This record gives sequence, C-alpha cells and structure tokens, in this order.
Amino acid sequence: MSREAFRAATPATLDLHGLRIGSPQTMGAVRIVPLVRERFVAPDADRAGDLRIAARDYGDSLAVVEVGGNAPAGPGLKYVSFVPHGLIVSYTTDGSPVVAQGASFGPASETRKDRFVRVMHRMVKPERSDGATSRLRMLPLHLAMEGFLALHFNGPDILWSEYSQQAIRRGLDPRSERSVRGTWLPGLEEAVRTFEIQPAQVGVLVFIADALACAFVVPHPDDYRRLHGTLLDDFFGELLREYAILYPHAAPAHAPLDGRGVTTLDELAHQVTRVRADWHAYAELLSAGLLGRAVRVERVRTMGPFRLERFVPVFDPDLECHLGERIVRDDGTLEYMKTFRLSAAQVRRAYVLDTLAAAAWNLDDAATALHTTVAGLTQRLVSAGFGYLLKPAVREALLRTKPR
Amino acid sequence: MTTAHERVAREDLLTFVSACFASTGQREFYSDSRGQGVSISFLHDYVLGNYRVLYARVLACGINDHNQAEIIFRLLASGRRVAPEHRAEEGALVYRALERLPAQRAMRLLERLAQARVNNRRTRAIVRRYLGAMRDRELRAIKYRRRFRVAAAHVHLPFDGELGRLFVKGWREQAYRTPLFESFRRAHFAEAAIYDLPYTIAEGLARKHGVARDVFLRKIEPRMTNLERLRLQDTTRDALGTAVAFDAARLSPTRLASYVLSLSPAERAARRDELTAALQAAAARAVQRTNARLGKVACVLDRSWSSSGSSEKRRRPLAVALATSWFVRAAASEHRAFWTQPTPDELLVDAVGQTDLVTPLLAAMAWRPDLVIIVSDGFDNDPPGTAGELLAIARARGLCPFTLHVNPVFDDVSLGPRPLGAAVPTMGIRDAEDLPTAIAFGAYAEGGGTFAELSAALDARVAHFLARPGEP
Repeated sequence: MSREAFRAATPATLDLHGLRIGSPQTMGAVRIVPLVRERFVAPDADRAGDLRIAARDYGDSLAVVEVGGNAPAGPGLKYVSFVPHGLIVSYTTDGSPVVAQGASFGPASETRKDRFVRVMHRMVKPERSDGATSRLRMLPLHLAMEGFLALHFNGPDILWSEYSQQAIRRGLDPRSERSVRGTWLPGLEEAVRTFEIQPAQVGVLVFIADALACAFVVPHPDDYRRLHGTLLDDFFGELLREYAILYPHAAPAHAPLDGRGVTTLDELAHQVTRVRADWHAYAELLSAGLLGRAVRVERVRTMGPFRLERFVPVFDPDLECHLGERIVRDDGTLEYMKTFRLSAAQVRRAYVLDTLAAAAWNLDDAATALHTTVAGLTQRLVSAGFGYLLKPAVREALLRTKPR
Repeated sequence: MTTAHERVAREDLLTFVSACFASTGQREFYSDSRGQGVSISFLHDYVLGNYRVLYARVLACGINDHNQAEIIFRLLASGRRVAPEHRAEEGALVYRALERLPAQRAMRLLERLAQARVNNRRTRAIVRRYLGAMRDRELRAIKYRRRFRVAAAHVHLPFDGELGRLFVKGWREQAYRTPLFESFRRAHFAEAAIYDLPYTIAEGLARKHGVARDVFLRKIEPRMTNLERLRLQDTTRDALGTAVAFDAARLSPTRLASYVLSLSPAERAARRDELTAALQAAAARAVQRTNARLGKVACVLDRSWSSSGSSEKRRRPLAVALATSWFVRAAASEHRAFWTQPTPDELLVDAVGQTDLVTPLLAAMAWRPDLVIIVSDGFDNDPPGTAGELLAIARARGLCPFTLHVNPVFDDVSLGPRPLGAAVPTMGIRDAEDLPTAIAFGAYAEGGGTFAELSAALDARVAHFLARPGEP
C-alpha cells in the first residue's frame, strides 16, 4: 500500500481567469452566483470549443473505484463511494472544435437492480478516442476527495517508538470522510430549478446561508446547461446541511441604486453599472475563502494544452477550507473547476496530520508547532479519530498525564 | 375628504381585481398551486365578507373565467347575507356572468353548486333560467350529459320535451324526434351516426366501434370547434399527414401566441408568413373588440427562463408577452418591443436567460415613448431588485412616462402579481386583450384616485356589462 497525495505539490492561488461574476439569484437559503465566460458573451461569438464536458449517468449505485493501478476486480487499493454520475471530458490538442458527447454506461437493466456495486478503474481514465478528439472519464470531485483522503496516507516514515504496528504497516488505512448529497440540502433543489441560466454562463458559485458551498465551472455554456442539474447529485460538506437547516433564508442583501444628482438616462445607466459592480464585489467578498487563498496544487494529467490538477488548501482551522479539482489551459484560463467545502472537523484532522508530517512525525516537535504538549496532541489525535496511530499503552499513558 | 376606510377599501379592491386577472389556480414557475389556492381563496373570502357589493361588481371588470366562476359560487353560496336593496343587481350580475362563461366552465360550476348543496331559491332560479335559456341546448345536453342532469335535478328543473326520455327513462329504448338525440342513440349501435355528434362525444364512441384513428379524424373534421382544431394540430398531422385548418383570426392573440411558441424554431421559420398573418389578424380583431387606441408605446418584455411557466401553464407568461407585443402593435400609432434578451426575430422568441429588466427599460426610455408597458413576472434578478428602483428614480426625475407593469403570474406570497417596486402600478393580466382594462385600472392606481371615482368606474362597467345581453 503506497499511495500518497500532494507529495509533489506546487503552491499556487486560485482565481477565475477568463470568467466574470454575475448578479446573484437567491431562493431561500441558497444564493447562486452565475459565472460567465467572457469569450462567449458577444452575441456573434465563436461558440466552438476544443474542450467539452458531458455527464454520464450511473443511476443510483455504489461503486468500488480502484486507485492503485491494478485490475479493478482484483486485490489492491480501492475506495467505495456512492457515484451517481461521471463526467466525460473530450478535447483536441490542435484547437479544432469538439462536440460534447453524452453517454450511458452499461445496459439499462443493470441500473434497475436495487443494490449493486459498480467496479471502476481509477477516478480519471482515458477512453477510446475519436479521430483527433481524445476522451477521458472522470468522477467529479473524487479526484479531489481521494487526494484529501490520501494525504499522508502512508503514515509515519520515521519509526518513532510511540507509533503502533498498524500505523507503521498500513498507514492511515482505512480512511473515511462523510459528505451529503445535494438533494439532501433543504432548498437547494428549488433554487437549482428556478435558477435562470444566462446564455454565456459556464459556471456557478453556490452559497448556502452566505457560506460558499461549491464552485462549479465547465468549459462551454452548452455543457453547463446540461450539467446544471447535476449540482443536486454532487456532494457537499456536512456543515452546509446544518447551515441550510438553521438558516432557511439567506441574509437580505441589497445593492441600492443611488439616484442622487441623476438627471439624464446616461447618468442613470452609469449608476446601474455601479450596482452591478457592487454585486460583483459582494460575491468576491463571500468567496474570499476560496479565491486568493494559498493552495497546494498537484498535477494529475496533462492533456495537450490542458492540465488536470487537484488542490488542497493550506489547512488552517480558523479559516474556511475548500478542496477541489480543475482543468487549466496553458494560458491560465480556468476551463473546469469543482470544489468541496470541508467541515471544521475535517479541517482539524487534516491540520493535525499536516503538522505531524511537517515535524517528520515527531510528537514533541509537532506538539511545539501546535503550541501544546505531547499529551494535548495525543488528545487531539484521539478526538480526531487517529488514536490508532499510537501504541495503546503509550496512548493511555499520555492521556493520563494532564495537558498543560 | 377620503376616510381611512375608503383608502383601505380602494387598495383592497385593486389588489383583489389584480389578483383575479392573474390567478388561475394552476402551478406557476416559482410557486405551486396549493399555496396559490390558499392565497386566492383568502382574498375571495376577505373581499366577500367586507365589500360584498363591490365583490359582485368585480364580475363586470373582465377578470378571468376561473375567478368569475369562483365569485359566482361564493355569492350564490352565501345568498342570505345580501342586503335587500342589492339583491336585484347581484342576481343580474351573477346571471350575466354565468351566461358569458364558456360552457364547460359553467357546467362545472353548476355541478359544484350541486355537490356543495347550495340550493337556495335564488340559486335555483338562476340555474333554471340558465339551463332553460341556453344556446344550443340540445347540443349541451348531449355534450355535458352528466353535469346537465345533475344540475337540472338539483334545481328541480322539469325535463321538458325529449330531455326526460334522454335523462330519465332509459334513453336506449325509443327513437327520438330531435335529430341530435337520435344520432346519439344510433351512434351506440352504428358507426355512421357518430359523425353527427360533437367531437368529444364521438371520440369515445369511435373507440367503442374500433374506428381507425385516421378514418375517424377525417370524417369528424367538420364537427370540430375552432379550439378543438387548434388542440388537435399535432394529432391530425400524425394521423392524416396534414393538420386540420383552424381560423386563427377567431382565436385570442394569447392563445395563438401559445400555439406559435409550442412550435419548433425551424417550423416557425418555415411557416413565418402564415404565422405572422395569423398573429396580425388575431391582434387586429382583439383591438377591434376592445376598442383600444394607444399612442407611442414601448413594450418591455420578459423572456427570461421563468417565463417558460410551469407544467400546467407551459410558456404562458412568454405567450402573454408575445401577444402583448402584437396587440400593442395593432393598437398603437408607434410601437417598439424591448426584450430582456434582444431577439432579432420576435417570431422565434423563446424563454432563456436571466431577468435583466434594467437594460431594456433604459433603452425604452431613451426612445421617448408616451407609455411604457412592462410584461414580467416581477422577479428581476440582474441586478436583483434594481428595476423597481430605476423606475422610481426615472419617474421622479421625469425621465420616464406613465409606466404600467402587467404581470401574468400570480405570486402567493404577495397575494397577487408580484410588483416591481411602489413607483409603478402592477396589474394582473390573463390575456393580452385585457390590456386596456389593465391600463385603465393602472392609471387610476397611479393617479391616486379616490374610492368614489373607483366606485363610479365600476358602476359604468356594470352598466356596460349588463346592457348587451346578446354579446358573448
């Protein structure tokens, strides 16, 4: 078992290069902000694209996904997840246009069985190409999530005496996290149904009770129109479900139109432009937890001029943290992005692991970095569910000493 | 001197009339039919309880059929509470409104009265008179057999002529002298007779005889009503190869617009001349019927995604916008339409995009019209809520002429069509030809007219409504 994510990561910041933030549409607790791609805005714009994304419906089924590179049905490293749909990415490397292709997987009868487990080969897998067009299948957000789960997956790489045999032999295996499906978020379904998609829109920022739930960007407006409904099948952080229940209505936000001193229609039009700018600034303010934050980016695949990458933030329990995946063109244009908001507990877990790894898994050094004692660190590890990393005797002894 | 009571009464009444134009009890894009039912029935109860005389007079305002039927039902069901001096007027209004309702709605209303056991003397008199004097009585007795029988039995109407044999004595037993009744009887045994019956009755009997669909449609074609022809366009095209012809000029512009919007863009483009001529004819006829004359009018029309309506009202808000454009074109000396997403060709319009009312409003104001008409569901979201503020500022600065917001969508939270701020009046609308009425009420609301003026205007409408009994 050796698989670890973000070993060869580069620091970067996220931005929405090539996209414009529009005015939000609010329904209950959900505020959805459209993202418009500049090059499609003009009415006679060239609508062709050399990277397209389509959905593939897997029905309501569980899947076992092989991540090690072995045969999916054989032994090896795998994860189990509910996979309602996958994405088919089609691209050409010479810039010639591609048509998005939807596809269904397996015979229809297969999806009608009530419980079955689909077996899949990796989160991202190339498929049969069609002439100059290359295709690959990916499971949305799984790349990012698997990266998160596989952070420091191997466990301690120096055999400090405190660590248990399990930690040394198997690392953090098994590792699990929970998330909720979009349909379980009260109000999201209604908001997605009544959302009015703009003609040049390629993405959204979804806010629940004014907390950024996810960013979703695709390359082409036609793709977005088809994939809009898949927001309900995506997974969201548990925190957002609580927000959606606790705050059924988003805080009222309004950008007033200032009529003072307005005498002509041109001045009025100018004021309207300012209102639009206000909304733009508001959306930027609300999404500051994602955009402009330092992240670690790992390149997963290079596809001609496009790079498929996944990213995790620099974990900080005091800040909101989003992880995700994206496809970036070599000129920096964001072609695809999907993010996931981590709950506070998830951030704490990742933060502790990060700190331990940075301290070369030395408990004393890690405790110093966290401004606590070894006993305090042990307490944290146990409450984060990582107690099994330490030898039981050591763990009990450390827990009995009073933290400072 | 306006008392507080009069001010409240005026506002209540305007809210109610506006809601009665928009509400159809059907699901809307943003809200479901259940919430709407609660909302509109509260309004009915409230106005009936507090302003009974005005409640009855609203029947004369040209509100939609659904709410007319609702008002008639509630008035008849609470007959005891009417003051003696208003009894005659109320009775006349109810009868006149019942007479003008489409037959299927009227018969459904009579059945509802029977089910609710509303059986006071006035109800019996009105229903008896209605059933006795209706046009095409035999046709309706056949077409709405069950409801006719229930209603007539409920009000103790004797079945005169051959009606008794049809309804009571086992209709299969004897031959009838009335040709339609005889066809109805024979149609149960011989296929040839079904083609003398109304389409809806013949359809069921054709199935009984196992008549092939295409044969049936070809033979029954002369018996189809205009609306049946419109409804069966696709069916007849599939079965016969060519769709049955219908008289577009006799349709209301909104219904025709709904039909146009149901066609694919390619088909609309291919039939451009025919559809344009039909829309023109329907609009011209509607203008003639309503006697509307307008000056230089700018229409700001909402074609955002929410104008696609609901599964029960497919594309209705968009159809109203399209029909309004054609209606105004026929009624105004100068006309220009400003859509929320610019459309090079109005005939190919579809529901797409966000609701940006601000940009077309600014363009409309720059054209300097005498009147601006906004057709929108009132949910402006790009930027959110700015259209109302823009109108308030523009009106205050004199940059914008009289502006009326007409809204084809009932919003249960607002107890009526959702307004665009307080600066412009909002009126509900069901069909484009309601526009002159909406303009009249809107101008009254805008001018801050008194309750006495509103009352006088209603009186005039009532007199007009009751005066011409022959007119449908």
